[in-house]
Amino acid sequence: MTTFSLTHRFRPSRREARPAARRLRPWYQNRSLVAGLVIVCIMVLLAVLAPVLAPYNPIKQNLNEALQGPSGAHWLGTDKLGRDVLSRLLYGARVDLRIGFLAVIIPFVVGTILGAIAGYFGGWLDIIIMRIVDVFYAFPLFLLVIALVFVLGPGESSIYLAIALVSWVSYCKIVRGEVIVARQQEYVQAARLGGLNNARVLGRHIGPNVISQAITYAMSDIVMDIMVIVTLGYLGLGITPPTAEWGSMIADAQEFITTLWWMAVVPGVAVVITGLGLSLIGDGLTDLLSPERRK
Amino acid sequence: MSAAEQPAAVLEVREVTKRYGHGRRDTLRALDGVDLTLHRGEILALVGESGSGKSTLAKILAGSTSQTSGQVLCDGVEITARRHSTARRRIQMVFQDPYSSLNPRMTVRSALSEVLRVHRVVPREQIAEELSRLMSLVGLDDSALDAYPSQFSGGQRQRIAIARALAVRPDILIADEPVSALDVSVQATILDLFESLRSELGLSVLFIAHNLAVVQHLADRIAVMYLGRIAEVAQTDTLFASPEHPYTQALIASVPRMRPRDLEQPPALDGEPPSPIHLPTGCRFNPRCAYAQPTCLIDEPALERVAEGHSVACWFAGQLQQAPTKQSEEFA
Amino acid sequence: MSVVALSRTVEPLLSVQHLTIGIPSSGGGHATLVRDVSFEVGPGVRYGLVGESGSGKSMTLKAIAGLLPRGVEVLEGEIHFDGDDVLTMSPHERRRIMGPRMAMIFQEPMTALNPTTRVGKQIAEGPRRHLGLSKADAQELAVDMIRRTGIPDPARRARAYPHELSGGLRQRIMIAMALSCKPALVLCDEPTTALDVTVQDQVLRLLAQLCDDMGSALTFVTHDLAVVSQTCSRLSVMYAGRIMEEGNVREVYEAPQHPYTEALFQSAPDFDDPGRRLAPIPGLPPSLTDPPPGCPFAPRCQYAIESCSTGSKPLVEVRHRHLSACDLADQIFGGTR
Repeated sequence: MTTFSLTHRFRPSRREARPAARRLRPWYQNRSLVAGLVIVCIMVLLAVLAPVLAPYNPIKQNLNEALQGPSGAHWLGTDKLGRDVLSRLLYGARVDLRIGFLAVIIPFVVGTILGAIAGYFGGWLDIIIMRIVDVFYAFPLFLLVIALVFVLGPGESSIYLAIALVSWVSYCKIVRGEVIVARQQEYVQAARLGGLNNARVLGRHIGPNVISQAITYAMSDIVMDIMVIVTLGYLGLGITPPTAEWGSMIADAQEFITTLWWMAVVPGVAVVITGLGLSLIGDGLTDLLSPERRK
Repeated sequence: MSAAEQPAAVLEVREVTKRYGHGRRDTLRALDGVDLTLHRGEILALVGESGSGKSTLAKILAGSTSQTSGQVLCDGVEITARRHSTARRRIQMVFQDPYSSLNPRMTVRSALSEVLRVHRVVPREQIAEELSRLMSLVGLDDSALDAYPSQFSGGQRQRIAIARALAVRPDILIADEPVSALDVSVQATILDLFESLRSELGLSVLFIAHNLAVVQHLADRIAVMYLGRIAEVAQTDTLFASPEHPYTQALIASVPRMRPRDLEQPPALDGEPPSPIHLPTGCRFNPRCAYAQPTCLIDEPALERVAEGHSVACWFAGQLQQAPTKQSEEFA
Repeated sequence: MSVVALSRTVEPLLSVQHLTIGIPSSGGGHATLVRDVSFEVGPGVRYGLVGESGSGKSMTLKAIAGLLPRGVEVLEGEIHFDGDDVLTMSPHERRRIMGPRMAMIFQEPMTALNPTTRVGKQIAEGPRRHLGLSKADAQELAVDMIRRTGIPDPARRARAYPHELSGGLRQRIMIAMALSCKPALVLCDEPTTALDVTVQDQVLRLLAQLCDDMGSALTFVTHDLAVVSQTCSRLSVMYAGRIMEEGNVREVYEAPQHPYTEALFQSAPDFDDPGRRLAPIPGLPPSLTDPPPGCPFAPRCQYAIESCSTGSKPLVEVRHRHLSACDLADQIFGGTR
């Protein structure tokens, strides 16, 4: 048909063929990520070094020195059983941070896998998984955890179990939504048409593009979990006394809130700072994990 | 071209239909009995407006969805959506948007070598060599291999997408609007690339487009689709010189031109395509057709041959020449 | 050389002078999206801004409409509309001209129309507020505007919600809305790119006809050379944030005076000239943060000589009312001065 010569075609110049030299901003230039990491690292460091840093045994009672204000001997004073508040704060960080981080892992893994399966395969699998999610969502999550811990009995393992049972649904919902979007992307279609099996498409092509949302959520979820432990501790359902823990410290201090207010405020501030650090990391990761890394 | 010279059909579509929805009333007929043949080594353009079903047909051919009824034959053998990986390799697809058709988290090298490994196209130790061959096929430098898609321009991304399709050494390329997301000055390079792939590798290409000016420069034959059916198929120059279907005529008259044209004149075609859920009875083009006769409101015309290699689905094909469009005069 | 000496017989309706738009950045290396752009649109003139992606055409239009995205700022220059400086206007003053004096038509009408309000009411809103019409009169005007856009059964359509209409109808409603107050200037940002060919043809004819009826001027941004040819009488070709060439549409199409314009025409398929080989433009547009000195097109230009990469390249008149930013326009295209 062609009326014009097509035999010797234009070859694109080599100059065109090179990718644009666009440098990606390195992670350490991401302000919120760095600030968050610094805060969280300090908290973790304090927790890890608690045995070295703490001036007193956190559970050793000394009724003679009960309810003292800040002094040279006790920087943050003592509680009603004469225990050093600073030492309890440092040891409390060990418990709260450990549970916060560990409690996130199981729901993260389970929720992500189930969400990916539901979103990718759809159909009856999706319907079943999402009905289960809906059942969990029908309850206030906080209340459900508390109820479960109440049933399972206080202690660290029942906290893990209760949080895992309840909070996987959030990851499942997030990842399912992301996978449904990603599945429509042409690069995923191209991978499927290219003959790759489902596991490979999910693992290599969809996974890396959807996981960032779940990771970002996990950061705020750690904050949530710490809040849960603190709340449980406050209600007397959490870690069994006399183990130092921020929630029970706040609960114990509440009767003196009008006079010895710092006893409740100090562990409260610790919770807030940890939460802030984790949120900053979450923000930073959102930026960092977006493939274009714009801005 | 006489029948003896007719090149072999590499891909045949027979009476393919695709319906969406299960209810009796709200069935969307995306494809409604499509017959189409792709010959070996040709570039066949499939042209139509949105809702014409051209992308649905592309998906069926590439195997990403299955037809409701009808057959797709590849070299005379029926293929379905659940096809064997060797059959899958033969037909590859290039997508419209080079910004969403590449995985943003994989370098060009890892994306291409993944395909090479999964299909065992070449032995492991030859992968590097093969990658460099693919890069030169699509006119990219080897240094591009270690970059991420976000580091490329639209035209370069489309080259990478084409390289990925070529990696499994297909015979047939289905290209769904591969240049419509690109800038004008880049479009030509991709059109050139398709042409050279056809001439150098002997690929058969089904090129889906809505822009007639683009396919005019590239295609050997053109098939015009309207609401899930082929309205007209002809050699490119025949189609533009003597379009037989009133819709083809209107489509040609609607193409924006570089040369001055009288805007005072009424547009070539009024209205918009009706919904494919509620198709008109008779010829599906009759509500917009200037020549519609009572017959057109009752019976649907089949795609009939009017000349060698020229088929039209219109009751009055061959009789509408007395009222040629202004544009066909220019081509005569 | 005679620098930008346009005949000033008619006071321009829109005058853009030395407009520079960029993204200021504290850390240096800020991107300049539009650089020293000047042009004028007379009353009733249909003016096209043509360019590829990244040429700055849309940003120029958005600056005129006061719709620059957050973070993007006018760094230099002036925009005068009807004698008033648009850039120094208060938001209140701007609201008073947007609608009755200046209207905008967007690429995607679905996102520009309010999905919860009947289209007739949306059209009537402008005339009620700006022309002080009563509710009934405004509604009547809305139905009349819908009729003038060629939509059958306008009274019924006026009661439809945007989602009940097809893409082509929605764009007609947008046009009816934009023109309901008889604005002096209509700004269009790729208004037909989302439409099918046959519908695009209808909408372009309608737009041109209605603007002529109402005496409105048009500033039309598009990447499609053929669409400009159909709609506009005068145009600017933009590249890398600058105007490369300005002139009357027919003259620019018949005898381009800038190598970029020429190359763009050679790369674009012309439906009436199917035998011509399409010549792509080699290379890539320059970076917006670090543009090359001299002519931005020089690195890709087949005529480029050493002096092209130095100095500023102002837009100069090479023929009557035909301006080019190329130093070599005379030698290459044999301009007559």
